[in-house]
Amino acid sequence: MAEETKAPEAPKKEKIPRQAMPEQPPEVRRHNFQEVPLGYTPELAMKEAERCIQCKDPRCKQGCPVEVDIPGFIKFIKEGDFEGAIRKLWEKNALPAVCGRVCPQEVQCEGLCIIGKKDAPVAIGYLEKFAADYQRNQGRDVLPPKAAPTGKKVAVVGSGPAGLTVAGDLILKGHDVHIFEALHGPGGVLLYGIPEFRLPKAIVASECNYLEKLGCTMEVNAVIGRSETVDELLERFDAVFLGVGAGLPMFLKVPGEHYIGVYSSNEYLTRSNLMKAYDFPNYDTPLVRGKKVATFGGGNVAMDSARTALRLGAEKSYIIYRRGREELPARKEEIHHAEEEGVEFMLLSAPVRFTGTDDGFLTGVECLRMELGEPDASGRRRPVTMPGSEFIVDIDTAVISIGSSANPLLTKSTPGLVLNKWGNIVADPKTGKTMKPKVWAGGDIVTGAATVILAAGAGRQASNSIHDFLTFGW
Amino acid sequence: MFEIVERQELAQGTIISNWIKAPKIAAKAQPGQFVILRANEKGERIPLTMADTDPEKGLINIIYMVIGKSTALFKTLQTGDSFLDVIGPLGAATHLEKVGKVVCVGGGTGIAVLHPIARGLKNLGNQVFGIIGSRSKDLLIMEDRMQAASNELMICTDDGTYGHKGFVTDKLKETLEKNKDISLAVCIGPVPMMRACCNVTKEYNVHTLVSLNPIMVDGTGMCGCCRVRVGGEMKFACVDGPEFDGHQVDFDELNLRLRSYLPEEKTSYDQFKAGHTHKCSCGS
Repeated sequence: MAEETKAPEAPKKEKIPRQAMPEQPPEVRRHNFQEVPLGYTPELAMKEAERCIQCKDPRCKQGCPVEVDIPGFIKFIKEGDFEGAIRKLWEKNALPAVCGRVCPQEVQCEGLCIIGKKDAPVAIGYLEKFAADYQRNQGRDVLPPKAAPTGKKVAVVGSGPAGLTVAGDLILKGHDVHIFEALHGPGGVLLYGIPEFRLPKAIVASECNYLEKLGCTMEVNAVIGRSETVDELLERFDAVFLGVGAGLPMFLKVPGEHYIGVYSSNEYLTRSNLMKAYDFPNYDTPLVRGKKVATFGGGNVAMDSARTALRLGAEKSYIIYRRGREELPARKEEIHHAEEEGVEFMLLSAPVRFTGTDDGFLTGVECLRMELGEPDASGRRRPVTMPGSEFIVDIDTAVISIGSSANPLLTKSTPGLVLNKWGNIVADPKTGKTMKPKVWAGGDIVTGAATVILAAGAGRQASNSIHDFLTFGW
Repeated sequence: MFEIVERQELAQGTIISNWIKAPKIAAKAQPGQFVILRANEKGERIPLTMADTDPEKGLINIIYMVIGKSTALFKTLQTGDSFLDVIGPLGAATHLEKVGKVVCVGGGTGIAVLHPIARGLKNLGNQVFGIIGSRSKDLLIMEDRMQAASNELMICTDDGTYGHKGFVTDKLKETLEKNKDISLAVCIGPVPMMRACCNVTKEYNVHTLVSLNPIMVDGTGMCGCCRVRVGGEMKFACVDGPEFDGHQVDFDELNLRLRSYLPEEKTSYDQFKAGHTHKCSCGS
């Protein structure tokens, strides 16, 4: 950044500290699936909003992948016009209730906030969550204005953050939008992946409902690539957006991953979140309720898994990660929440093999200690094994949370799409255009596993490009 | 909602056949592919390979054995009732081609899975030796349809109440002995049966397809629950299969993972039988 933005002359008054988020206490919440942050009251929100100094050239906005007018919506909150705030958010973000909860604000908007230079940054995420929740709880249908129908039809494949953003944008621009979802409920990773205690499913349903109220058609149980191909969609639609997510879970490729009690995080979380296995046998889908659970990996999904394990009754929940604390890719708040709840971090440790009983039940994992060497291609210091440092951790459940690779189900059945060597769809990073005419793509299927907001950002770029194409033919 | 338009109880009510209205799936389904079904909001997602389809009427046929809570719940659905969700067609279709002589072996409800494959192979001009088996005559299913899908059909029962007394492997061995030019075997049934069949076909060096039934959740490759070891590599049955080269499959591992939830399955089924769990308004 060349120079710092000049803040307007702030009136001399008592400095307001960042307003803390009321939360369920750790010892209570580790036993339930209810949301951890309780949300700002209107008073807290207005007080926090006062901390924003309304920069003329706001840096926070530059840090937002969908370029929300952050000072704009905060100003409305400050003035107590909460409806104005949600309208302002919706101009740029179809999913404010979600993003307010799951965005890594500390490296985006809040990371760039001027106030954060000397003090804690404005709690932009909490304010976004407040505005979205307030509107939802009022139960009012504040729908943004919609352009006149264009007669153009768009198919959106996948109802995760990328697809929902594309759908939300294009329906407002007057296009006819049909969303296809492979699972039995809409939301993609917001539904099956992110746990109830971090993103209540009622909110996901409400965001999807909002799109339906705007006029989007939502078709669940539609596995594009199998039930219908992209080429078949192109016969019925003027443009197709592919936001199908990363897909295949990666495993550690160490001996013993077949033991009963070894899960991918996708499976563990899907059973708990989508299938509500935490409420077994009231719900029919089971999940091994381990007493000693180890989650392998250090991202948000790993934190979600380790915290889910506690709520399912684990006495011990470990995060086993091969790099150090600084390298943990999870949001700071998630790491903090996990530690508060009693998740134990075994850093600089890598699994070598799983052990189990003769009848196949997991009993433990053998690990090696690591030390950090020279930086690798990702810029993070490469972990190097320390020979002879083997140690065994007794566990009955393991959750492998080391990422996903591209699911070939759709791409294999779509001639003309160009894939990279990892099987991800090659798409223009500015427009989401793929090498196949009339087909756009964005989110994890293009970038590999990333964040909700990056997927939403990719959706935004693609929707702009799709709109240009449908309007001007390019 | 996916309506059951025809329902039959087979094998003394232990096996159920449903024709379900699912036009999109019926239009696309190929032999070897499966669907995932969910009875109601609280239900599990259960994968079942289709036994038949009628694209013109928009119907698919599933045939399942009642073995636990979910299938017992399915059984309560009568003609006119609906499944909440039916997803498919999933999995890779069987690669069907004319190879000459083939032997198709089915056991239990595996016969239902085998049926469209055998028929497809016969329609391509292959000479199909069908071998189907069950524990007892009363439990044998789809004899008529397998008769039509085979050039020659052999029947085995463990107790000798019908056809050959003994296992399907006896007839498989006999058939392979008599027809050295058989170039493909398709063996579908319970894990021990498939394993035993593969041991026989290995002796005769006959390429063998099996259809695996590991536990699944999403059925689209996303969860990895259905991972199986084939030729030493991890494969996902839902997207890489469900059919694999039987000589490469690690049946021990498959068997072990199929037992993942035995205690939970028992809890769930016991509660269901006691009539305490089903309180929803799905109509069953």
